[in-house]
Amino acid sequence: MSALPDGWTMVVGLEVHTELRTDTKLFCGCANNFGDEPNTNICPVCLGLPGALPVLNQRAVEYAIRIGLALNCVVQNSSFHRKNYFYPDMPKDFQISQYDVPINGPGYLDLPDGVRVGIERAHLEEDTGKTTHLGGTGRIHGSDESLVDYNRSGVPLVEIVSCPDIRSAAQARAYAAELRSILIASGASDGRMEEGSMRVDANVSVRRGDDQPFGTRCEIKNLNSLRSVQRAVEYEALRQIALLEDGGTVTQETRHWDEDAGKTHTLRTKEEAYDYRYFPEPDLVPVEPTSEFIDTVRSELGPMPAERRATLVSLLGEPTDAQLDQLLSVVEQGLDSFVVAAVAAGVNAPLALTRTSNELAASGDVVATVDAQAVAATLLMEQAGELSATQSKAVLQEVIVNGGGDPKAIAKAKGFEQMADGALDTILDEVIAAHPDEWSRFCDGDDKLQGFFTGKIMAATKGQADGKAVAAGLRTRRSA
Amino acid sequence: MSVFDLAQQVRTKQRRAIDVANDTLAAIDARDNEINAFLHLDAETIRSQAERIDATVDAGGDPGRLAGVPVAIKDNLCQRGVPTTCASKILEGWKPPYDATVITKLTQAGAILVGKTNLDEFAMGSSTENSAFGATKNPIDPSRVPGGSSGGSAAAVGADYLPLSLGSDTGGSIRQPAAFCGVVGLKPTYGTVSRYGLIAFASSLDQVGPFARSVDDAGILFEVIAGHDPMDSTSLNAPAPDVMTTINDGVAGLRVGIVPELIDGTSDEVRDRVVAAQEALVAQGATLVELSAPELRLGLAAYYLIAPAEASSNLARYDGVRYGNRVDAPDVAAMMTATRTAGFGDEVKRRIMLGTYALSAGYYDAYYGQAQKVRTLIIETFARLYAQCDVLLGATTPTTAFEFGAKTADPMAMYYSDIFTIPSNLAGHPAMSVPFGVDGDGLPIGVQLLGPALSEPTLFRAAKILESEAGR
Ligand SMILES: [Zn+2]
Repeated sequence: MSALPDGWTMVVGLEVHTELRTDTKLFCGCANNFGDEPNTNICPVCLGLPGALPVLNQRAVEYAIRIGLALNCVVQNSSFHRKNYFYPDMPKDFQISQYDVPINGPGYLDLPDGVRVGIERAHLEEDTGKTTHLGGTGRIHGSDESLVDYNRSGVPLVEIVSCPDIRSAAQARAYAAELRSILIASGASDGRMEEGSMRVDANVSVRRGDDQPFGTRCEIKNLNSLRSVQRAVEYEALRQIALLEDGGTVTQETRHWDEDAGKTHTLRTKEEAYDYRYFPEPDLVPVEPTSEFIDTVRSELGPMPAERRATLVSLLGEPTDAQLDQLLSVVEQGLDSFVVAAVAAGVNAPLALTRTSNELAASGDVVATVDAQAVAATLLMEQAGELSATQSKAVLQEVIVNGGGDPKAIAKAKGFEQMADGALDTILDEVIAAHPDEWSRFCDGDDKLQGFFTGKIMAATKGQADGKAVAAGLRTRRSA
Repeated sequence: MSVFDLAQQVRTKQRRAIDVANDTLAAIDARDNEINAFLHLDAETIRSQAERIDATVDAGGDPGRLAGVPVAIKDNLCQRGVPTTCASKILEGWKPPYDATVITKLTQAGAILVGKTNLDEFAMGSSTENSAFGATKNPIDPSRVPGGSSGGSAAAVGADYLPLSLGSDTGGSIRQPAAFCGVVGLKPTYGTVSRYGLIAFASSLDQVGPFARSVDDAGILFEVIAGHDPMDSTSLNAPAPDVMTTINDGVAGLRVGIVPELIDGTSDEVRDRVVAAQEALVAQGATLVELSAPELRLGLAAYYLIAPAEASSNLARYDGVRYGNRVDAPDVAAMMTATRTAGFGDEVKRRIMLGTYALSAGYYDAYYGQAQKVRTLIIETFARLYAQCDVLLGATTPTTAFEFGAKTADPMAMYYSDIFTIPSNLAGHPAMSVPFGVDGDGLPIGVQLLGPALSEPTLFRAAKILESEAGR
């Protein structure tokens, strides 16, 4: 992590848009499906045809409340406004959003390290369509033609606005990551930044010292990954500091993050900013959830990431720093239930955590449907010495791909029989005898050859040898 | 013949729907080249609807309450596959892929949908002179306007082409042309008739309503189109109003409020007829309550901020991207500008600019915000009045139908036509114009009945009395 030049601090607030995973759109009955054929999930309402009217999706209200409760927000009576501006992918040339009274008022989010970031609001609004520019630079200016897909038009969004409480690029990333896992845990969103279902904008300003007033801020758009959040905030803070140290001033503007170039550039200045002419949406009535409804939503919310991390910590006893990193990412990815299930089945917590954070985390989306008991059974075999680590990982891969299965049968099918006592010793001796030059260099202290011998032995045992036993065998023979 | 009787005859084969359709087409054919009430009319689809209705009857079925009754539709209501223009070039050639809820209800009731009628572009106007496709003429005196914005629908009934039509009323767009053309017109309680498929002018004020030759006919059409619609969030969650059960119950004991603000400023002839209407109601057992409500005078100014503000947003979608006319230009912003410049008429542009200004940063509080306060004040004023009376009686319009061009050069004079009708839209209340005699030139005069929300049954009772007394 790079530090800012002496005396400088940054002030960051994030605005996160997250799509809700409702079956249908916010104001019509069209399917809310990512990736369908363009312009197949459309109707008069989400195309904004003359005469069509919006009707609020109550499930979207429920999901928005879930997010509010998960972020400790005040859930309140709210209403919709129109945000007016012309844009081809916005069929009505206004967006139905919430303005002065959002469904979720102030709340907060606690980062894993204990830092609390205030939430200003989390409001409901509709998404726009998606424009593809053909020819030219791929952006609207200079393109030959533009195609608009309205499948996304009217998809429910919740915009979560943080207070300007974030003080470093790493913290901005941590906030986005924690928010993402909270959104997933709430069941309201899938948090897929790569598909654009979670989108982050960052407001960044800098100042000399924490007691100074906030500087002029710039809004950074197009942050499509946690990595780009951190990089863009860092870059932008340094850019502003360099500007100020050169005697310049920061201009309030919206800037675009170019991931490839690692730079931000001006998108539009304050003078070019839209006047959205917000006014109350006359086609909708106020949203007034009863306290009983809010209580029901609250009672249906599962445990949030902080609580789930605490569970893993308690299973581990006194986790190492490495284990803390592992459990953070395991919870962030929603894989902690595998650890809990494995430990409940008798697997020791460090093994359960390590295998989950490596093997399961690396397997992508399919992991969601994997049978946790099959994972636990595999790890129990490894723990009992019936499988080597290498074999255990291979069996896990099979379990993940198939969504489950009997690890004993998988091990048998793969020929992962336990090695007979003494078999490893024989192979060790044979391999050493076959490579006398290498062995003498190894004995003379060339430790790099440890890998050479381990590889030969693993090949000879088809991976059945336990890596620790191999290392021990090589060690005793060298010192003999 | 009443709508009730006509439907009964079609139902019992005394009269065939196809004959009704052909008679209607003949009447339109004879005169509409001159009147220009219709923007779109297709004889084939009219006849095929009639044939379907007759087939239903022949098969022993009941086509519905409006069996074989021809109804004209204001061209700001979406009808699947039928050109719908709002009398604007920007929508020329557009055919909606869906039916407005009121269209569905009419079809289900067995009505024959007879074409789309002319209006002021996007319902903005009081004379139908703002139509991009030529003005409609008043069937009583073709040198005069039929009123607006629903001038085509009013003229179609006034010319006796057919007994019923649908209009929309945002600030008087049903009642004022009804008065000018000598027909009955109702602006229902906001939320009783679905707005789904009504192309919005000012969403918080727009309401679909009937034109009819008689109060009874208007009542039947109102009952057919009213009722909760899940597609319209502002639709009232209440049973459809029943006006026909009590329509002949008279006005004995009815407290009729008289406020100068709904009469002052009219021509003497109009004033005389309002006074005569008061006397007619009193003669049937009503009592008059003299009240005053100076706040209602503020309605006009508030309306001309709120309605344009909503319109500026509602009409943003006509940008050339998805439907309607497009004027090509090198980039998107220029295309949108060129399309809107060419597609909208002057009055629409004037109101979009007014509304955009009223909502702009720095002006919102002084204009839109202030207008909303006036709107609240008007609602409170009506509440105070209706604590002391059941209905209000006044003029529908300051004058009878004026001549073409009389007010086109002065928008404010044109806006003033709506002075008496606007307050009910701001409050969301029902109001009705009933023909009550003519002026010295033989031009119809309408009187206006106003009531609190959902008071349509009371308005129809009073209207029925006025109708029966009008000839005296
Ligand atoms: Zn849709």
